[in-house]
Amino acid sequence: MTIQSEIRIIDAVGINRLLLKITHEILARNNGPANLSIIGLQTRGVYIAQRIARFIGDIEGVSVPIGILDITMYRDDFRVAMKQPEVRITSIPFDVDCTNAVLVDDVLYTGRTVRAALDAIMDFGRPRLVQLAVLIDRGHRELPLCPDFVGETIKTQFNQEIRVRMKEIAEDGIDEVTLVTLTGGGDD
Amino acid sequence: MPLEITHLFGLKGVSREDIDTILDTAVSFREVLDRPIRIVPTLKGVAVLNLFYEDSTRTRISFELAERRLSAEVVSFSKSSSSVSKGESLRDTVRNIEAMKIDLIVVRHRSPGTPRFLAAHTGCRIINAGDGEHEHPTQALLDMMTMRRHFGTFEGLRVLIVGDILHSRVARSEIWGLTTMGVRVDVCGPSTLMPLDMRGFDVTVHHDFDRVIAEYDVIYMLRIQKERQPAGLIPSAREYTAMYGLTKDRVKRMSPEAVIMHPGPINRGIELDYEVADSDRSLILEQVTNGEAVRMAVLYLLSGRSEQ
Repeated sequence: MTIQSEIRIIDAVGINRLLLKITHEILARNNGPANLSIIGLQTRGVYIAQRIARFIGDIEGVSVPIGILDITMYRDDFRVAMKQPEVRITSIPFDVDCTNAVLVDDVLYTGRTVRAALDAIMDFGRPRLVQLAVLIDRGHRELPLCPDFVGETIKTQFNQEIRVRMKEIAEDGIDEVTLVTLTGGGDD
Repeated sequence: MPLEITHLFGLKGVSREDIDTILDTAVSFREVLDRPIRIVPTLKGVAVLNLFYEDSTRTRISFELAERRLSAEVVSFSKSSSSVSKGESLRDTVRNIEAMKIDLIVVRHRSPGTPRFLAAHTGCRIINAGDGEHEHPTQALLDMMTMRRHFGTFEGLRVLIVGDILHSRVARSEIWGLTTMGVRVDVCGPSTLMPLDMRGFDVTVHHDFDRVIAEYDVIYMLRIQKERQPAGLIPSAREYTAMYGLTKDRVKRMSPEAVIMHPGPINRGIELDYEVADSDRSLILEQVTNGEAVRMAVLYLLSGRSEQ
């Protein structure tokens, strides 16, 4: 499985616009920031969540509670995964009960991460409702899940991947979204 | 980051990277213990056998809770209520249990090397919960986690282990693990409770507790077993306390930032004064909580598939 090509499809300015759009949609759907909480999924969802929270601060002048969720403990492929997935930090420093919790991730694909995240969040309490915001929806769902807020929908083939890079992450360095086409196995 | 080791027999020879991975993973699992619902589905379908041939309260409860909080299937076995009393050999007991489809065995046994024996004769992953006077790796790992959480780093840390070094599997694991992480570890106690040959360990042996106590960040007190006195290794419990007990007066000699640790169970009034055990310098209960997190981490990390 090697990379045949990688092309940039969204640049830093584009990502910014999409996140701003998502922020406005979240605020419109929830009638403002009251009761909102934003929960980013490790790893890139965490930074997207922080940016959305910053935009909400800019627009509404309030700070919304923000949490970090790592779904590794809730994965459904633990017994089949070849490599032990790393367990990262979870931090929900507020009461999720009765909040409108917005789960945030970079790419929505099979939906299995979101399934795990829903199980995880219920262990912290009972949100009034849970919504899902993703920067990119690349299709190929394996579970009956649908996002509430989508930056952009990108049709992909099975031998393609979406890579989101964010400047907060040292190894990424920049903001961009690329479409990677693989040759060979394509098994991830 | 998967571990290099596939079983946890002891900390001797375990790499710095593996210890870091275990401690980092434990920090993530520590968070689960603060949640309203303290259970995650991570090890659903993994069957764990707790094989305790020696008495244990803390370690056994800690392992059982760690397993249950990870949703593993848990079977516990103790010597008194089993067919061991009918004369069944360890190997037969275990082969029978393995035939019942067990994935992982947590074992405590008075014979050193029992965990390796089990690994050689079963297909299970093995975690050593204390084998004779050899090692007790999860105790040392939870202590290391406690030190790192308290001081923020291992760098520059100085640890003094005080008491019965000779018979202590905790001391051995502690020395291997901490030395690997670059911590300076020294020991202190009467000559009768020191191994004759400490050359294999990179530690300094002290006999005068009062003279060296101020030099350390962690004063790690070992339990003094009462049966050592009839064996002639200590003159009396009172004399031991006078020389090596952590009394109120001795605590005053400690460095101002130094902390007190103990693997439990405590003999109050012998190695630790009553007030000292409950003082704000003591991390003893913190050790117990971290013990669950470390055991969750080890269970998790050793439960994955090993084929690369």
